[in-house]
Amino acid sequence: MSLRADLQIIQKWIQPGSRVLDLGCGEGELLHYLQHNRQVRGYGLEIDPDNINACIARGVNVIDKNLDHGLDNFEDRSFDTVVMTQALQAVHYPDRILEDMLRIGREAILTFPNFGHWRCRLYLGTKGRMPVSEFMPYTWYNTPNIHFCTFKDFEKLCHERSVRILDRLVVDQTHRSSRLSAMWPNLLGEVAIYRVTR
Amino acid sequence: MSRFPADSVGLVSPQRHVFTEPLQLACGRSLPQYELVYETYGQLNASRSNAVLVCHALSGHHHAAGYHSEDDRKPGWWDACIGPGKPIDTERFFVVSLNNLGGCHGSTGPSSIDPETGKSYGGRFPMIVVEDWVNSQACLADHLGIDCWAAVVGGSLGGMQALQWAIAYPERLRHCVAIATASKLSAQNIAFNEVARQAIVSDPDFHEGDYAAFGVIPKRGLGLARMVGHITYLSDDAMGQKFGRELRSERLNYDIGSVEFQVESYLRYQGQEFSERFDANTYLLMTKALDYYDPARTHGDDLARALEPVSAGCLVISFSTDWRFAPARSRELANALMAARKDVSYVEVEADQGHDAFLLPIPRYVQALRSYMNRIEVDA
Repeated sequence: MSLRADLQIIQKWIQPGSRVLDLGCGEGELLHYLQHNRQVRGYGLEIDPDNINACIARGVNVIDKNLDHGLDNFEDRSFDTVVMTQALQAVHYPDRILEDMLRIGREAILTFPNFGHWRCRLYLGTKGRMPVSEFMPYTWYNTPNIHFCTFKDFEKLCHERSVRILDRLVVDQTHRSSRLSAMWPNLLGEVAIYRVTR
Repeated sequence: MSRFPADSVGLVSPQRHVFTEPLQLACGRSLPQYELVYETYGQLNASRSNAVLVCHALSGHHHAAGYHSEDDRKPGWWDACIGPGKPIDTERFFVVSLNNLGGCHGSTGPSSIDPETGKSYGGRFPMIVVEDWVNSQACLADHLGIDCWAAVVGGSLGGMQALQWAIAYPERLRHCVAIATASKLSAQNIAFNEVARQAIVSDPDFHEGDYAAFGVIPKRGLGLARMVGHITYLSDDAMGQKFGRELRSERLNYDIGSVEFQVESYLRYQGQEFSERFDANTYLLMTKALDYYDPARTHGDDLARALEPVSAGCLVISFSTDWRFAPARSRELANALMAARKDVSYVEVEADQGHDAFLLPIPRYVQALRSYMNRIEVDA
């Protein structure tokens, strides 16, 4: 089974046999992979009915849950790792989610698109309009992505909340990293994968 | 050529078994012997690993799928989900559905003859609770040679039985499917049951449960109990859509007695019809069983601790407008299962039919159940 490229990177950061909570788990690809290759146990939280059904069909534990309703139902330190891929920009309170992730898990792994990427800057700078691209196909009024940020923004939030960044991998949309994007991540990186802790 | 649909289990007939080992009950009494009526659909495989137990709700019984005769108008109560190619696929599974102890559809219950007196038990029938049902179902499993169910499935009060199976006999089921249920009733829920019971016991024909000896049945009380129950099984929206303020005739009568609104007519019909086919003592017993169930009570009200023994994978399903067994109760159960580190999936289905939704073929619900059941491994 071939795993989505970002998930391929993430799975390497997850200890075998650990407990994982996956926020916005989609069709459960990551948990399914981890269950079968890393003896990981865990749950995915998801809101989309088709995704939930796909998780059930592949035997992944999935909980029907709107992340914006909070994660109070999870106890402190009840998981080793809490993962959230490509959903930070779509939640109502990204800062609260980050706090919750580090309350529930020892570590958190997050991925999100970089709004500071040069193409976004060029689009906004030259056209004076919100960037629309193949990877961000929505217009401003119908986008589920309501809290775009740049890598710098995210790292500032981490700093303010005393969140330590353990790993950061900056990649392009096909999840390859290059020497250039490692040098100027906030300008050249399209997607970042962060591993953070307290 | 059968006139039944291709995805129906077709003609079925109930079976019965008399158990002669006494059954010790939670109330302290015991039943020296008892009879259970059940139906089965599909074939038990050679390794006996494909058996699914279906547990019924308050007014349910053993006839869950198929037809009893060629001219039966309606199939069993859960025919929407049990049959060839249906979510509980009888091509794969051997399905067992019984009438619970204390019931009024053939299993030993208040209207059965008490061997000690030679008369019907009536009000003297012992109180039966969820735990007792599960113990008696385990005896039925023994009789059928089923060591371990592929799944135990139930909605509402049936969901409580599925949950109790997972707690009491962890080695005897691989999966637990608990639909539109709760690990315990709320005060409001118990209150509705109490109104229903008071309606029955205050009927002059009740005679402290001995109505059979007097040759009467407390029809008014039982009908009223059903009317109250029925309101709580539907959502405000569902009732609104079905009846609105529709009148039976153009003119208002300006009196108390006449049935004017369609919803009144409907409720009276439901009450009336139910009072002719259901037993009042059974209704009292079943509502009490609902009220009593609370596996966390003996674990310091800590549900996660009560769920400690569970080893089955669990599927919990709730319906958005179900206010009798609200989604919040199912979430509690799913959360406690997660806190106890059990395998669980939870689905909250948007549906405007209230508690009744669990009996209806709502696409998302049926699909989730199908996906879950399809994942359950069975030997060919």
